Amino acid sequence: MSHELNPHESISAHGAQGDHHEHAHHHETFITKYVFSQDHKMIAKQFLITGMVWAVLGGLMSVLFRLQLGYPDTHFTFLEDILGKWWVKNGQITPEAYYALVTTHGTVLVFFVLTAGLSGTFANFLIPLQVGARDMASPFMNMLSYWFFFIASIIMVSSLFVETGPFSGGWTAYPPLSALGSASPGSKTGMDLWIVAMALFVVSSLLGGLNYIATILNMRTKGMSMTRLPLTIWALFFTAVLGVLSFPVLLSGFILLIFDRNFGTSFYLSDIFVNGVGALPNEGGSAILFQHLFWFLGHPEVYIILLPAMGMVSEILSVNSRKPIFGYMAMIGSLFAIAILAFLVWAHHMFVTGLNPFLGSVFVLLTLLIAVPSAIKVFNWLTTLWRGNIRFTPAMMFAIGFVSLFISGGLTGIWLGNSALDIHLHDTYFVIAHFHIVMGVASMFGMFAGVYHWFPKMYGKYLNNTLAYIHFWITLIGAYLIFWPMHYEGLAGMPRRYYDYSTWESFKQFGDLNKFISTVAMVVFATQLLFLFNFFYSIFKGRKVLTQNPWESNTLEWTTPINPGHGNWVGEIPEVYRWPYDYGKDGTDFIPQTVPVGAEESAEH
Amino acid sequence: MTMYLIIAVIILVFLIIFQISKASEYVAVLKGEAQQRKATNKVNGFLMISFLILGLIGVYYCNSLLFPKTLLAHEAASIQGDRVDSMLWITLIITGITFIITQVLLFWFAYKYQEDEKRKVYYLPHNNTVEVLWTVVPAIVLAGLVIFGLRNWFYFTGDAPKDAMVVEVTGKQFGWIFRYPGKDGQFGKKYYKNIDPATNTLGLVWRDSASLNLKDDPSSHDDIVLEQTMYVVKGKPVKLIIGSRDVIHDVGLSQFRLKMDAVPGIPTTMWFTPKFTTEEMKKITGNPNFEYEISCDQMCGNGHYSMKGIIQVVSQEEYDLWMAKQKPYYYGAFPEKDPTTQKADSTLTKAVAKN
Repeated sequence: MSHELNPHESISAHGAQGDHHEHAHHHETFITKYVFSQDHKMIAKQFLITGMVWAVLGGLMSVLFRLQLGYPDTHFTFLEDILGKWWVKNGQITPEAYYALVTTHGTVLVFFVLTAGLSGTFANFLIPLQVGARDMASPFMNMLSYWFFFIASIIMVSSLFVETGPFSGGWTAYPPLSALGSASPGSKTGMDLWIVAMALFVVSSLLGGLNYIATILNMRTKGMSMTRLPLTIWALFFTAVLGVLSFPVLLSGFILLIFDRNFGTSFYLSDIFVNGVGALPNEGGSAILFQHLFWFLGHPEVYIILLPAMGMVSEILSVNSRKPIFGYMAMIGSLFAIAILAFLVWAHHMFVTGLNPFLGSVFVLLTLLIAVPSAIKVFNWLTTLWRGNIRFTPAMMFAIGFVSLFISGGLTGIWLGNSALDIHLHDTYFVIAHFHIVMGVASMFGMFAGVYHWFPKMYGKYLNNTLAYIHFWITLIGAYLIFWPMHYEGLAGMPRRYYDYSTWESFKQFGDLNKFISTVAMVVFATQLLFLFNFFYSIFKGRKVLTQNPWESNTLEWTTPINPGHGNWVGEIPEVYRWPYDYGKDGTDFIPQTVPVGAEESAEH
Repeated sequence: MTMYLIIAVIILVFLIIFQISKASEYVAVLKGEAQQRKATNKVNGFLMISFLILGLIGVYYCNSLLFPKTLLAHEAASIQGDRVDSMLWITLIITGITFIITQVLLFWFAYKYQEDEKRKVYYLPHNNTVEVLWTVVPAIVLAGLVIFGLRNWFYFTGDAPKDAMVVEVTGKQFGWIFRYPGKDGQFGKKYYKNIDPATNTLGLVWRDSASLNLKDDPSSHDDIVLEQTMYVVKGKPVKLIIGSRDVIHDVGLSQFRLKMDAVPGIPTTMWFTPKFTTEEMKKITGNPNFEYEISCDQMCGNGHYSMKGIIQVVSQEEYDLWMAKQKPYYYGAFPEKDPTTQKADSTLTKAVAKN
């Protein structure tokens, strides 16, 4: 804000910074450029590629446990040679391994891929470029944010190799199961490593989040008022605020858990008799307390994952429809409403824990309230497409796919948010279908859209379009084939996190369906490898970007050189004169933000 | 061997796809990008509308295939279940209509407004009327759903009728323990440090203990404790008092459409009224092996998937017959107090006493 009040000072400050970078450029070594880089663009790429590694690992885990679910009677002896006897016995995934895989898949995908990989990548990459700053408010903190994430990753990976196995109590880590090594082997060393990794992850995300907020609020270029920010930035801003306010609560929950595990306290433990061990001394704790602390982050976390995808999709839909985003202020308003409500709905994960029914009813009301801003967003996206002139770039395809998935998964949220239905559907496959579509796949689509759209800015190359279209269609069709039928399993009451359904008279009728789902999951996973190949191949051998603004977009990042150095702009940072969505105004295809408002132009939006 | 073959095929497919993709990129460069974009735009626009049509057909096909396998294919087995089902149908209709309208608009717009040189886009940054409209309409519809839902919610979670029978359900890794109050109609006290896996699985307080500061509770002496199977009566409300001995479990009753967590240290409750006996349900579902299964629905350890209990719903007469055969749990731990064995044993004890 300060430079709006005193533009002169601001410009000269930027100028000085720019000189500094010119100077530093000559001394860059491999270590400072690629490893301990403080350039937000490089840090973004580090987050992205680490996130990809995690996505492959987490995806592979789901393929492995889907093998068990889809082919419970088949013996995959070769897996035993690859993974060892703890994981695969007699060619079949063991129950210990199954639960470890389910747990790690959830943790990794939610936190390491869709939080760090998604907002870590795009907040770092887009915030300085789209607000018009040379770098983050604190590049050093930004670097630390990545390296905390990296250490967290290493520790999480190491938990896969301990003798008692990785943590296997579900990604929500409910105590007493997660607190008692005697109740489950996965809650021994595996849980120690899991919780340390997660604590470091919280540190990483706080360092990142504070930086994003500071940069957006303080380092916008001249003329870039808050209401001229692209919706990506607004979304990333609310995401960062959610993270900063809710991650500490999760950490506090973890700290109490560490105390219960190691120092004999009874925050979460009471009246417990463990088979083979006997009665524990702990009395007076509440196992439900952890769930409150966990979901106080856990629910905002859903929006931490979803909002950046929404922001990028809004931007990409507008650019490629060649039409302004419909209802810019309503889009910001709905983001804001979602961000506020995100803090007030956590107990809808706990309707069947014995929660006071009156409290439950308040959470029903607040939960279904979220459907209103969500509906506004969907209608606004649809109206943005209406009477546009749509270019089906790969990014646009994924953005349209995102909207489709968000509708499909969002609508089932209306079922589950209503406690009287949740009491039936809670913890069934209906829930799996719901959150995988709306949070998992939809956000993944947002992420793909972002990668396809900003890859030219990241690497100065294009991704191969044909591979991209193949990637899109197989992934979209596959996602629906995998998750749509799961609603029916849920409507049969089929519980989630079961290793084997064959002994259950109520749930064993879905053998063929499970086989089908597992097979499709493998095909979709293989298609993601195709995308990764496209990504890495194109970094080195892709078609070169020759124009500064390949998508004919209005936002500031396309005013930088094709391969921007540290500091982003050569010379002064451009000034902004208008909102970023002047597409098709007065018959002009697009008017970048840096173009002053002409005398003949019709009034601003 | 087959594995290597599969890997080889996958790699081959990858290579072919890659070659085609690379070639099409060269073609694009030769033909000029704008030309190529128009061509792929047409293809993708066509695929968008095809996806919509095939997708909707797929939704219909999937439903006809899988619907008979869900619980909705037959009536719910409890009065509460009927309410859940009717709510579920209403929610399905509302969300279903929204789903179809929005998905049709999305893919139809994508198809219809694909790039065309002749079209001039309609510069439409916002329109307050429609924005207010589609804020207010969803809000009203959702308010309706909330009211409807909460009425059911308070009915489900409200007090059980006074004439309800009461059964205590306790989860443990990995099974269920059921307790009936016995003749006095009262559950005796229990304390978890009293638990003995062999004779006192719930830790009933049936003897004095100075170290635990406990006094014998006589009302525990006639409590009946069972594992695996519990009996309830058709048409009679049953209230479950739910607890756990170790970690969090969940009493999942899919046929009755209800579930409730079992939390160590914090008792929870749930009540329902079964409508059909197990035998009747065998006919209704057409499955001769039908059972009312209790599934644990909260991750509780590596044996989570095997944590099954059975509820036998029977008529009042059958229930009375069954109950008459049950012995208080107390006698298992103190066989000398059992009146039925006492008579038979009395001669034996006298003989022992003489010696």
